[in-house]
Amino acid sequence: MYVAVKGGEAAIVNSYDLLAQQRRGDVATPELSVTQIQQQLKLAVDRVMTEGSVYDPELAALAIKQSSGDLVEAIFLLRAYRATLPRLGTTRPIATERMALDRRISATFKDLPGGQVLGPTYDYTQRLLDFSLLANDASVAPERAPLPANIDQSDNTTFTPRVVDLLNREGLIEVQTPPAGDPAPTDITREPLRFPADRATRLQNLARGDEGFLLAMAYSTQRGYSHSHPFVGEIRFGSVEVEIEPEELGFPISIGDIEITECEMVNQFAGSKTEPPQFTRGYGLAFGHSERKAMAMSLVDRALRAEELGEAIEAPAQMQEFVLSHSDSLEASGFVQHLKLPHYVDFQSELELVRKMRSSAPTNHTDGLDTAG
Amino acid sequence: MSQQTIEVHPMPLTTPQESRVAEMSALDGEFNFAYLDERTKRMIRRALLKAVAIPGYQVPFGSREMPLPYGWGTGGIQVTASVIGPNDVLKVIDQGSDDTVNAVNIRRFFERTTAVRTTTATLEATLIQTRHRIPETPLQEGQVLIYQVPVPEPMQRLEPREAETRMLHGLAEYGLMHVKLYEDIARYGHIATTYDYPVLVNDRYIMSPSPIPKFDNPKMHMNPALQLFGAGREKRIYAVPPYTKVESLGFEDHPFEVQRWDAACALCGAEDSFLDEIVTDDAGGRMHVCSDSHYCETRQQAQAAISSPVEAP
Repeated sequence: MYVAVKGGEAAIVNSYDLLAQQRRGDVATPELSVTQIQQQLKLAVDRVMTEGSVYDPELAALAIKQSSGDLVEAIFLLRAYRATLPRLGTTRPIATERMALDRRISATFKDLPGGQVLGPTYDYTQRLLDFSLLANDASVAPERAPLPANIDQSDNTTFTPRVVDLLNREGLIEVQTPPAGDPAPTDITREPLRFPADRATRLQNLARGDEGFLLAMAYSTQRGYSHSHPFVGEIRFGSVEVEIEPEELGFPISIGDIEITECEMVNQFAGSKTEPPQFTRGYGLAFGHSERKAMAMSLVDRALRAEELGEAIEAPAQMQEFVLSHSDSLEASGFVQHLKLPHYVDFQSELELVRKMRSSAPTNHTDGLDTAG
Repeated sequence: MSQQTIEVHPMPLTTPQESRVAEMSALDGEFNFAYLDERTKRMIRRALLKAVAIPGYQVPFGSREMPLPYGWGTGGIQVTASVIGPNDVLKVIDQGSDDTVNAVNIRRFFERTTAVRTTTATLEATLIQTRHRIPETPLQEGQVLIYQVPVPEPMQRLEPREAETRMLHGLAEYGLMHVKLYEDIARYGHIATTYDYPVLVNDRYIMSPSPIPKFDNPKMHMNPALQLFGAGREKRIYAVPPYTKVESLGFEDHPFEVQRWDAACALCGAEDSFLDEIVTDDAGGRMHVCSDSHYCETRQQAQAAISSPVEAP
């Protein structure tokens, strides 16, 4: 009779089996390899690395395979793995002006030192289903288009100045210098988020924040919920060297290259009592090729600087606690989905309460609704 | 009622299912005792010490991503993981029951990562991790009750900004909460909060007891056991040390009161326990049974022993 909640152990084990079957699909179809995912689902891998806060394409691909392509679940897997890793050291700041560029565009200047490089992008594709991809004929990938002569890919020492630095020569854009003493930023994966959070902390939160959430927040700033007039100063995608400087060596050594997407948004600023009118900046950075994420991040970063710039805080995207407390997909997904857990006890308590209120309430139903509002 | 005679081993590790689970997770041996690394445990224990020193105060801590989702008990799991030792005996309950899937899942997590003995017997356990209930059997000195907490801030629904609620706690400015309770009385004639009913700890901090039914609130008061609270997603830890005053909020003319049932448990006849309602058919039929599964089973066994004495050979 009273068996509904028993047998949880057996149910869980059976559920593992069913999940494994669901993930594998029809066994007549060859199994997807982690290498295939890593090579052919690059943008999914990049998103999982970015929000999982681990740069490891193979592990990200494994997480995608294990999660049947549910990217939020894959991010969860990678984060849980990351939480167990020791901290071996801290890298030097990456020098994105020395990036080996695959793509670099600016919406503010038609031409600029270093040139515009369209690179790989879906931007100017016509979104027609390509039925030729249905035929899985292992055809050879097209030859890579040669890079323009002014882009030197031979080494990482090519210097391509940032658009914002060009504006800076005229003093038209705010200068961002490290805070006094250049303190080490808070590590939000080790320290709890406290409010108000400084910009370095906010940027960490946004960097691992859910792309969909940030996209919606960024979109809201374009529709009147906070006032900003953004321009894409520059988006660049390519590889940068990661360097560490061991204390006993005293000079930096490269430990490898990572692919990143960087976005610098340029926003109008009317000026304040102490500052003349100038452009202000919003910053976005993501692992791999993740332009939507980097752009959304830079818009939200700019919106969250409202207090610092003396702007009225009126819209959700400007509110630190609103944005930073709800950006994490693990926290959001976990808490929303925890509603699936049994709530017999709480519901029982509410059931008793509603019965009690109904028994003492007048029979007129609209009355009851009014008071409950 | 004698607890010593009850030997409950709900999940012997040798069942075929259990060994299959072990196969599926070949990683078991690759993690530290109780999963968390020792530095993380030390960080959490420091937060716990501060929490015990300031009863009811929410201590921020560097909550980690656990292999279980946020909102499913990660705070309680991290607290348990940082205080558990090889000689501990662990009980895990969810909604009062040892057998619900989430309780089973968390218990198995600790069986795999610590190999400590687990139990369903309340008095046998040194550590009890719970979601939404306090066991009916009174706890004793030396036991630790670890609550899973979804929302540690009792005023979050009234003031969502943490910077604000932190200040209100600092000033012990709890008018907001009292006004909310008063508005309930003005509207309904009684306080319309049935679970997660706010308490005042040690005459200083207003605290969320986690979503336990208010039926359980009086058990927190002067409890001989140490009560620890972990909120993983919100990254807060708080505590009620043994024998600490825990007062459920109320007014002189509308004092705090707990739920009562017209029914008794259909299985064990208990009239003093929290009862869950079980729908038995689609014609409105229902029965009430104890939410605390171990309490109910113990009573049933005791009754069976009385009604059918050992037959003479």
